[in-house]
Amino acid sequence: MNFIKLVSIRNFSSSRNIPRVCIVGAGPAGFYAAMHITKNLPAVNVDIIEKLPVPFGLIRYGVAPDHPEVKNVINQFTKVAQQPNVNFYGNVTLGKDIRISQLRQHYDAVLLTYGAEEDKTLGIENEEADNIVAARRFVGWYNGLPSDKDLKIDLSGDTAAILGQGNVALDVARILLTPINELKSTDITDHALNALAESKIKEVYLIGRRGPLQVAFTIKELREQLKLSNCQTVWRNQDFEGVENMINDLPRPRKRLTELMLKSLNEYKSIPIHNDNKLFKPIFFRAPKKILVNSHKKITGIDLICNELQGNKLEEQKCVATANTEILNCSLAFRSIGYKCVKADDEIVFNSNGLVENSKGIVDNNSNTLAKLYVAGWLGTGPIGVILHTMGNAFQVAKVMCDDLKNKDCFTDKGGFEEIKKNYIKNSSPIVNWEGWERIDKYEIEQGKLRNKPREKVCSIEKMIDIAII
Amino acid sequence: MNIARISYRTLLKTFNSPKSYINKYNYLGTSFSNHGSAVPLSTTKLRLKDEKVKLTFILHDGKRLETEANVGDTLLDVVVNNDLNIEGYGACEGTLTCSTCHVILKKKDYDKLPEEACEEERDMLDLAYGLTDTSRLGCQITLTKDMDGLEVTVPETINDARS
Repeated sequence: MNFIKLVSIRNFSSSRNIPRVCIVGAGPAGFYAAMHITKNLPAVNVDIIEKLPVPFGLIRYGVAPDHPEVKNVINQFTKVAQQPNVNFYGNVTLGKDIRISQLRQHYDAVLLTYGAEEDKTLGIENEEADNIVAARRFVGWYNGLPSDKDLKIDLSGDTAAILGQGNVALDVARILLTPINELKSTDITDHALNALAESKIKEVYLIGRRGPLQVAFTIKELREQLKLSNCQTVWRNQDFEGVENMINDLPRPRKRLTELMLKSLNEYKSIPIHNDNKLFKPIFFRAPKKILVNSHKKITGIDLICNELQGNKLEEQKCVATANTEILNCSLAFRSIGYKCVKADDEIVFNSNGLVENSKGIVDNNSNTLAKLYVAGWLGTGPIGVILHTMGNAFQVAKVMCDDLKNKDCFTDKGGFEEIKKNYIKNSSPIVNWEGWERIDKYEIEQGKLRNKPREKVCSIEKMIDIAII
Repeated sequence: MNIARISYRTLLKTFNSPKSYINKYNYLGTSFSNHGSAVPLSTTKLRLKDEKVKLTFILHDGKRLETEANVGDTLLDVVVNNDLNIEGYGACEGTLTCSTCHVILKKKDYDKLPEEACEEERDMLDLAYGLTDTSRLGCQITLTKDMDGLEVTVPETINDARS
């Protein structure tokens, strides 16, 4: 059965009448789109190009090391990539090695799924001070993202503040507060493990400008934080005034999340604080005004504006600054207020939300000579939601692509990646294919075994290429 | 061949995801009010594995995937072992860390399930699109003999508001 399928695909590819699709970005959106396209078009060639020599994007570099179950989706993606009509081309950068117009010239459809790789800044005084760390870079650091491996972070103080209350903020808090022995058996990078082993951080604040009813983190992540061993959660009683009266009108997910916070609040009131325990301290209705620094331009605290909610109905409530401020002393702060997309190629046009403007994933359909351009994942929807949401969006856009390609009966003169390679990227650094990634994967797992970890990631691009190219 | 594969999976699951077993155990421990419906232990599952039931997945576009399934398997096992074409189903492979195996049951079937959803399952369901009062995760529903003829709906994984 499989053999027959394989033969028929081979036969098709020898004729030129088969559509060529290029996907830019080998993260979840790219792989889910490739999954849908290869399942729903009888014959198609899909090339996935990726800036890094390795695939999986935020599954590899975003999902926390203590969440190995979430990474199981890699098995589904690997099956997609192992199909004979799917190719992976790593270490190929859009905007540097190739341009969008070149891809559109040599493919029948081009899909952008390169995500959101920068973090949003606060725009406050002294934000560039020493030991203010972008949460995104901290995540990249403990997950072995090559560009973040040399992150400078001083964990010798006892108090850290995280600005933001999303799931990334909770990941950062959890990694800082988890007993080091529990991290040792994960695939956290050695450099992060060594630094965290020396960490003196005892208290972690999680600061949000709005209230408990508006938090962005999800219940699973909060529950995990509340259950963390040797760590206690300390809430501020006054932050929850009136919350209990609202919960019955909330939709189920928000209701359960709020109930969990209230339950923890009540527990915390009755359990004395253990001196040996680390402390997790969410605080609400506070927005950073400026970073306080010492003479070496290193952070000593944050000046916080006190906010209040105005309006009666929950959905109409607005957060408004008051004249009051509060100083929080800390020696380390993380900025965790969201990601933003970058223009990988100056041919890309962003809308006012900093996303690629699209209608059901279609970006540009106005050219007679160039292939249609599509976008899926965070680059098109904005950097929100869990993998399920990215999956849904990727399937939806991929379906539009399949319908478009089915309606087009003749595919001619498209050279695909061979043509791209020949014409544009022949002189730049080597391309890592799927077999190359498999060699890196094998190496990492072997290195992990020596340390009793599932893997030890290679954090240098040069070394990845050395391993991949034989 | 098929049986070997299933027992291998069951074994794998026993070793790889203690979490779901712990959850089931917790459930037993905390809710005595429901003692009438005993939760099968894994040994029971192995003994019953040669018993078959009919099962239908109804996709959001109305397509019906009818299949025969082993008693003791979860709905996720059934999708994987029978290679059913449900896109993206079971991304986290039954470890209660995603909600891609969301299914909606008929009220009467939902009420008959021997196990209620544990907190962790509810946490994941909260992130699913089209959550209903009779929603469950397919990885947490273990087939019993009296589920023969069960029909579950697989909701769409997209929310149009996002596009």
